[in-house]
Amino acid sequence: MSRVARARAFVRNTWRGLTSMRTALILLFLLALAAMPGALLPQRSLNLPRALDYIEAHGWWGALLDRLQFFDVYASVWFSAIYLLLFISLVGCLVPRTVEYAKALRDKPVLTPRNLTRLPHHLSAELDTTPERVMADARARLKGWRLVETEEDDGARSVSAERGYLREAGNLVFHFAMLALIVSLAVGKMTNYEGQVIVVADGSEFCNAGTLGYDSFRPGLRVDGTDLTPFCVRVNSFEAKYLPNGQADSFSAGIDYQAGDELAGDTWTPYKLKVNDPLRVAGDRVYLLGHGYAPTFTVTFPDGTKRTQTLQWRPVDNLTLLSEGATKFDPPGVTDAAERRKRQLAVTGLFAPTALIEDKLLTSVHPQLSDPAVAVDVMRGDLGIDSGRGQSIFQIDQSLVDSGRLTRVARQNLRQGEAITLDDGTKVSFDGVVPWVSLQVSHDPTQLWVLVAAVTMILGLGVSLTVRRRRLWVRATPGDAGRTVVRVGGLARTDQAGYGEEFHRLAAQLLGRGAGSGGAGTSRRGT
Amino acid sequence: MPVNDTLATYSDWLYRAAALVYVFAMIFYTIEQAFTRKAKKSEFARELIGAGAPTTPDTPAVGRIEEPAGAGKPERFGRIAVALTVLGALLHLGSIVTRGVATGRAPWGNMYEYGAATMFVAVVAWLVLLRKFDVRRLGAFVLTPVVILMFLGGTALYTSAGPVMPALQSYWLVVHVSAAILSSGLFLVPGVVSVLYLVKVRHDANPAKFAKIGPRLPAAESLDRLAYRTTIFAFPIYTFGIICGAIWAEAAWGRFWGWDPKETVAFVAWVVYAGYLHSRATAGWRGSRAAIINSVAFALVVFNLFFINLVIAGLHSYA
Ligand code: HEM
Repeated sequence: MSRVARARAFVRNTWRGLTSMRTALILLFLLALAAMPGALLPQRSLNLPRALDYIEAHGWWGALLDRLQFFDVYASVWFSAIYLLLFISLVGCLVPRTVEYAKALRDKPVLTPRNLTRLPHHLSAELDTTPERVMADARARLKGWRLVETEEDDGARSVSAERGYLREAGNLVFHFAMLALIVSLAVGKMTNYEGQVIVVADGSEFCNAGTLGYDSFRPGLRVDGTDLTPFCVRVNSFEAKYLPNGQADSFSAGIDYQAGDELAGDTWTPYKLKVNDPLRVAGDRVYLLGHGYAPTFTVTFPDGTKRTQTLQWRPVDNLTLLSEGATKFDPPGVTDAAERRKRQLAVTGLFAPTALIEDKLLTSVHPQLSDPAVAVDVMRGDLGIDSGRGQSIFQIDQSLVDSGRLTRVARQNLRQGEAITLDDGTKVSFDGVVPWVSLQVSHDPTQLWVLVAAVTMILGLGVSLTVRRRRLWVRATPGDAGRTVVRVGGLARTDQAGYGEEFHRLAAQLLGRGAGSGGAGTSRRGT
Repeated sequence: MPVNDTLATYSDWLYRAAALVYVFAMIFYTIEQAFTRKAKKSEFARELIGAGAPTTPDTPAVGRIEEPAGAGKPERFGRIAVALTVLGALLHLGSIVTRGVATGRAPWGNMYEYGAATMFVAVVAWLVLLRKFDVRRLGAFVLTPVVILMFLGGTALYTSAGPVMPALQSYWLVVHVSAAILSSGLFLVPGVVSVLYLVKVRHDANPAKFAKIGPRLPAAESLDRLAYRTTIFAFPIYTFGIICGAIWAEAAWGRFWGWDPKETVAFVAWVVYAGYLHSRATAGWRGSRAAIINSVAFALVVFNLFFINLVIAGLHSYA
């Protein structure tokens, strides 16, 4: 064999192997197996801190799993490889099957077998009629079946009938829809993005203008964040209802939005944003994901200048919404950077929407905002804000405390309206609370395609699992004294079960009532 | 929506009564089993014997086999067992309905309610199949997991009647979860039957194995067929349920698919069921292998309910 021929044979064999049913089956199970670790191990994409903790806690084993991409299963090389092979195998299966199906649609039903009694279903009777009349009757009764009639040598006539071609059509539709779904998902992965942002519900606005506006932003593979869909959202209010035991009953945020031409002017459309009820605007969706509280603090500096800030604190306990945070202030009128770094202030600690103070320890007993209080440390010194190092908006930089550059100057519990006066006469007051909402903006131009593909899949599946491909033959042979022996045979090409009833009904009709008593009919019964 | 505590209490009583009646039904099925010397020839067994056995062609081939007159003792026990199963199912239905009325919402908002409804579907599916297939002797095997799961549901997973969290206040709770309940309940039957198929095949190959139950099981082929036909009925419903979950997730969680643990295992189970359907059409995979795949798939469905809900934190952890 020449080299070329050998290479060609190799390619052909590989292709055949890859597109065989057995391979598809094995790939299917591999895919199932490969997806499993994603349910059992924490995934980076879902919960980064937990994934990192897990790796940390499991030493070399964690590190090894990490190297093998077990914490990014669905983006891993091996998962993608199986997925891709399955895709190829699917294409390789489908193309020839479609061609075959197109041919089968034009083919005639197979000729009537010599011996109908060998078939899984058969019945016969001798009737007082002619073969022509039997044939005419069969044609009439087999409406919707594909028929072919033949005249046989001994004067007998027969008809072969077949139906249920829709089964294969449904099957093909299902598989092609699955291909479409996979392709849509892949395109979606390229073009989608998802951003999250916290907005205080006091009329603050958020505009989908660039990635910097977000607290976190996850772009698709082909998204660089430069052309986000422009729209703006203004959050006016937030309302949460709770049951007495603290279980949430309903959340809703009153918002206004504008998009398109409205952005230039001051037209806003109101909307009630709720869980299960995202705002759909300009092809994107805005979700209400979470909520919390932003306490308002006012610092009155010794020279009388006031600074007021309302900044979100984050829940540390989702049941009671006990929250932590750090509201940071720059001293006014200090231009010298070094001087400023000695006199920055941070109000940090815990916030409780329904406070319970026992032994000076603050806890929250209910998530509703009914009796708010804070337990705060006021820190003075260098907050490290202008060091260029990024820091959490919910915390102060502990290393600055450790190094003594930031020191605690007061610790106190405050109810709404109360204040602390510091040693230098600065007054810190806890003025009020505004709820905040966390919003998610999602952009996925292919999700409708995915839905259409999925619905098509299930329609195809329904057809292919309910329709049965089946055959029926009738042979009418002239008998003695002008009578005719009629034999009916049936065969289900797919699952045998269930054809029996239909066969018996049809055959009984063809043979006339009580036909069985006249002839030696037998049939295996199926259910 | 305030909860009607009286009705909720009735619901709990009905639940316990249903479980208890199922236990009695199981006992009667077992007695029938024990007294039946060897397998009656089932429809399928007859079919295997072949076309030689004449039957009257004008009796349509539906329904169960006519029992010979003067059915014996085991037969009577079997009938009592079925009657008890029906009674249990009625009590069970009562429990579900009263809980729904008591809470004023679809009664499947937490694991207890979900499990209760799923087991109800399994029992009803079983009763329906009983009319078509001659498999009454398998009753005890089907009711065993039902009773175990109901016991777990009524104790460890029990949740008192109450309203559900905001994410669940949607008509998708009705659509998505009822599809999940319907398909999982239906899957229970082929799950059990496939295991029995494996037992039967082992026994047929070597009569010394499973010598006690082997002879009392219906023919392997009939078990295979029962498993297949129930699975192809449940599989599209399962697919529908997953798609509805995805549609709901798009509205509730901000994306239609995110590999949340429950979604992942649903996907895995779906793929394995798809594998089962394909295996029956693939040379070398029919029979035992297919039955193993079907059992594994059902195990995954159960795993998805218990392990993923209770052990792994995910978006589905509402219980
Ligand atoms: C792609 C998205 C989703 C998939 C694939 C999915 C899948 C499933 C499956 C397979 C079950 C059956 C339970 C089992 O066998 O354990 C189930 C149950 C359930 N699903 Fe979903 N689901 C999705 C989205 C959702 C959403 C968005 C919600 C509600 C916000 C939801 C709420 C429930 C509830 C309440 C149950 C029944 C109780 C339970 O088992 O936790 N699902 N889901």
